[in-house]
Amino acid sequence: MNDNRPAPAVLSVTDLHVHYGGSHILQGVTFDVPATGVTALLGRNGVGKTTTLKAIIGLAPRSGRITLRGNEIQTQRTSRIVREGIGYVPEDREVFGGLTVDENLRLVDPDRGVEAPVVAELFPDLVGRRDQLAGTLSGGQQQMVSLARVLLRRNDLLLIDEPTKGLAPKLVTEVADVLAEVARTTPILLVEQNLPLVRRIADQVVVIDAGRVVHRGDAAELVADPALTRELLGVAMRREGAA
Amino acid sequence: MSDLLLLLVTGLGLGALYFLAASGLSLIYGLMGVLNFAHGVFMTAGAYAGWLTMGDLPQSLPVGARLAVGVVVAIAVGAVIGLVVEVVLIRPLYRHHIQQVLVTVGLSLAGVAAAQGIWGADPRPVETPTWMSGTTVVLGARLPNDRFVYIAVALLLLAGLLALLRYTRLGLVIRAGVENRTMVEALGIDVQRTFTIVFAIGGAAAGLAGVLYSQYAGAVSPGQGGSLLIYAFIVVVIGGMGSLTGTAVAAVVVGLVQQLANYYAASGVGDLSVVLLLALVLLLRPSSLKGATA
Amino acid sequence: MTSQASDVTEAPEGAEPATRHTAEPEAARGPRRRPWKVVVPLLVLAVLAYLPYVPAELPGLLPGRVNGPGSMQLLATCLVIAGIALSYDVLFGRTGLLSFGHALFVASGSYLLTISLSTWALPLPVAIALALLASTVLSLVVGAVALRVGGIAFAMVTLAFAQAASIIVMRNPGGVTGGEEGKVLDRDAVPALLVGVANAPYRYWLALGFVVLAWVVVTLLIGSRAGRAMAAVRENESRAAVLGLGTYRVKLLAIVVASVLGALGGIVHALVLGGSNPHLTTSEFTLSLLVMVVLGGAGSRWGALLGGFLYAYADARLVEVSGAAWLEPLPEVVRQVLSQPLFILGVLFIVVVYFAPSGLTGLGGRLIRKAGSS
Repeated sequence: MNDNRPAPAVLSVTDLHVHYGGSHILQGVTFDVPATGVTALLGRNGVGKTTTLKAIIGLAPRSGRITLRGNEIQTQRTSRIVREGIGYVPEDREVFGGLTVDENLRLVDPDRGVEAPVVAELFPDLVGRRDQLAGTLSGGQQQMVSLARVLLRRNDLLLIDEPTKGLAPKLVTEVADVLAEVARTTPILLVEQNLPLVRRIADQVVVIDAGRVVHRGDAAELVADPALTRELLGVAMRREGAA
Repeated sequence: MSDLLLLLVTGLGLGALYFLAASGLSLIYGLMGVLNFAHGVFMTAGAYAGWLTMGDLPQSLPVGARLAVGVVVAIAVGAVIGLVVEVVLIRPLYRHHIQQVLVTVGLSLAGVAAAQGIWGADPRPVETPTWMSGTTVVLGARLPNDRFVYIAVALLLLAGLLALLRYTRLGLVIRAGVENRTMVEALGIDVQRTFTIVFAIGGAAAGLAGVLYSQYAGAVSPGQGGSLLIYAFIVVVIGGMGSLTGTAVAAVVVGLVQQLANYYAASGVGDLSVVLLLALVLLLRPSSLKGATA
Repeated sequence: MTSQASDVTEAPEGAEPATRHTAEPEAARGPRRRPWKVVVPLLVLAVLAYLPYVPAELPGLLPGRVNGPGSMQLLATCLVIAGIALSYDVLFGRTGLLSFGHALFVASGSYLLTISLSTWALPLPVAIALALLASTVLSLVVGAVALRVGGIAFAMVTLAFAQAASIIVMRNPGGVTGGEEGKVLDRDAVPALLVGVANAPYRYWLALGFVVLAWVVVTLLIGSRAGRAMAAVRENESRAAVLGLGTYRVKLLAIVVASVLGALGGIVHALVLGGSNPHLTTSEFTLSLLVMVVLGGAGSRWGALLGGFLYAYADARLVEVSGAAWLEPLPEVVRQVLSQPLFILGVLFIVVVYFAPSGLTGLGGRLIRKAGSS
C-alpha cells in the first residue's frame, strides 16, 4: 500500500482476522511495529492479544496480510517465520520441562547452548543450572530460559507474551531489565498487563478491544492519562507493582 | 525349575517381539499423536519382503545368510513405506488426528486385502535357520534358540533408540516434540521433517518386527501384522503411551503374563489375561496415562 | 467475546476443527419439524416395505428378481448392517468417541441369542431379553473401564476388549461358540416364518423393522437433553465439562445406547443369517463399521444407514468385479488386488476422508445446495 516510500516498520499487520470454532476473535486488526524500541500490545483480558501474536507467528489460523521487512509471511509455516527473524516467547514460558536448561537452549543453538555469550551476559543464573531439568526451575528462571532460547538466534523482531505474569516484584524488575537491554538492539512487540512496566520500557502502544485496534499512540501519554487507560484497558491492568 | 526357566525365556522372547512391534508405534504416537493403524501392514510388508528375498536369493546360500539379507530388506522396505505414508497420507492431515487414524485404518484394510489378493489368504511357510529352530540346554531347561535372537535384537533396538534420543540432535528434537510439538515449531525447527524421519524409523522397526514374527510363526500371512498389532497397542497403552522405556517394560510384562497364564491356567487364558492386565492397569493408575487423554 | 480467553490460549492444538469429520448436526440446520423431514423417511420406508412385492429384475444389481430369495436375503443383510452402522454412529458421529470395540456388542447380541436358543434351549423371547440384558451389562462394564482414558487410547482399549471376546469365541470354550465355524441358529426355536428360503421376505421385513427401530431411537436420543450433551462433548469436551455436563456419564450413556442397539442388530443379524458368524467379533468388523459411517457421513442418520447399506452391498457384490471383462487387459497382479472388495473399499475410504470429509451424504447435500444456488 505504501510501496512508494520506505517502510519504517519492521512488521506490518493489515486486516488480520482469526476465527476459532465459530468465534470471530480478531476482526480486522491493522497496525505497524516500528523498527526500534518496544511496542506494547494492550487490552482487556480475552480481547485477542495473545491470538494476535499467535496469528503473526503462524500458530493461529489467520487471514489478512502480515509483512516482515516488507516480505509477506502470512502464508508461511511457523518454523519458517521464526527463521525469517521473528522470535516468540509464549505466555506461560512453555519451556521443555523434561529437558535440561542446556538442552532447551541447544534446540535453538545446537553448538553452544548455555555456553553462548548472550546467556552469560543476560542470564548468568542459568549457566550454573545448565544440567538442571527445566521443569524443576522456578517461574522466574523458566522465564529466563524462555527468553534466552529466542535470543540465541538473530531476530528482526521479538514477540513476547506476558513475560512477568505470576512473577514476584523483584523478578518483574529483573525481567524488565533484560527486556530493556534487549530492546536496545531488537524491536519488541510486547503483550503486558503491568502498566508500570509498560511505562518504563514501552515506546509505542497498540490497544485492542473486541478484536479490533481501538488506539495507537505514545506509551507515556497513555499511561499518564488515567481516564484513558480506564476507558481503554478497564480495571484488569495492574497499575501497581514493580518494574 | 526348568519349566519356570523355559517359561521365562519364552515369555521374554514373546515380550521382545511385542517390543519390536510396539516401539515404532510408541515413538510415532509420542511425537505426533498419530495412532498408526497401518503399523500392522508395515509389519506384514516386512514379513513378505523378508520371505520374498529369502526365496529369490540363490538357494545355495545358507538359510541364515538369506535371512540376514531378508531382515535388511524388510527394514528398508518398512522404512520406505513409513516415509511414503507419512509424506503422502499423514502430512496433509497435520493436526487432524482422527482423520489420520482413519486414513491409516483404510490403509490397513487395503494393504491386507492387497496382500491377500497377490499371495493368497493362506499362510506361506518360511525357512528357518537350523540353529534357530534348535534348542540350548541351560540348567536342565531346553530353551528354544530363536527366543534368544528376538531378545538380543529387541535389546539392540532399545539401546539404539535410547541412544538416538539421548545423544543426537534428532533425539533432542524428538524429546522436545513429545513434550510440546508446537513450541518446537515456534523455536524455528522444522518439526514436520522430524515427523517424516520418525515415521521412517517406526516403519523400519515394524519391518524388522514383521520378519522376526514370521520366523516365530514359521509362516507369513496377510493378517499376521494385524494380530501382532493388537498386542502392540495393549503394550503401548500399558507402557504409558509414547514412553519408550515404559513400552519396553510393558512388553516384557505382557509377554511373561501371557506365557505364564497359558502354561499354568489353560491355553488361551494367556491372551485373555493380557486384556485383563490392561483393564487392571487402567483402573489402578489412569493418571499415568494422562498424556493419552484428549 | 469475554469468555474466549481460555480458548485463545489453547490455540495451536485446539485449532483442529472438531467438526471436520462430521456432517452438520441435524438440529443445527434450521427450524425443526420441517414436513419433508418426516415425509421423506416415511416415503423411503414405504418403498422399502413394498419391495417384496416387486417382481422386476435388476440385472447386474441384484441376483434375480427383486423379491426373489437371493435379492431379499442380500437386501436384508444390507439393512441389518446399515442399522448396526447407525448404532455405531451414536458413538463416533454423535459423541466423537472413536471406539474400535463396537463389534464386541454386536457379537454378544448375536452369540448370546444363538447360544441361548441352541445350547440352553431357552424360548425366543427369553433368549432375546437375556442377550440384550447381558449386552447392556457388558457395555456398562467395558465402557466404565475404557472411559478411564480418552481419545486415541480409548480406541486402543476398546479394541483390546473386543479382541478378548474374539479370542473367546475362536477358542470355542466347551463347544458353545462353534469356533471358526460359527454357531448355527436352532431352526426349531424360531418362528417358522423366519426360516427357510421361501420366507426370505419376512427376514427382510424383520431387518427393515430393526432399521426403523434404530432410526426412531437415535432420533429421540439426538433430540433429547442427553443427545445435545453428546453433541457438546463431541464439539469440545473441555468446554462441555466447564458447562457442568458430566462428560463421563454422557459418554457412558452413548456407549450403552449404541451397544444395546448394536446387540439388537446382532440378534437380528443372527435371525436373518441363521446363525452367528465369528467375523462379527473381529476388529476388522468394527473397522468396517467405522468405514461405513465415514463413507456415508458421520453424525448423520442417512449417512450411517447409506454407508452401512452400500458397504455391505459392495462387500457382497464387488467380488464379481474380479471376473469382469474390462479387467482382462490389466496385469495379473492388478487384477488380483482389484479382486479384493476390501482393497477397493479401503482405498475409497481414504479418498473420502481426504476429499469428502462429511461423507457421501455430505457430498450429495453440497452438490444439491450448489445446484440450487447457481
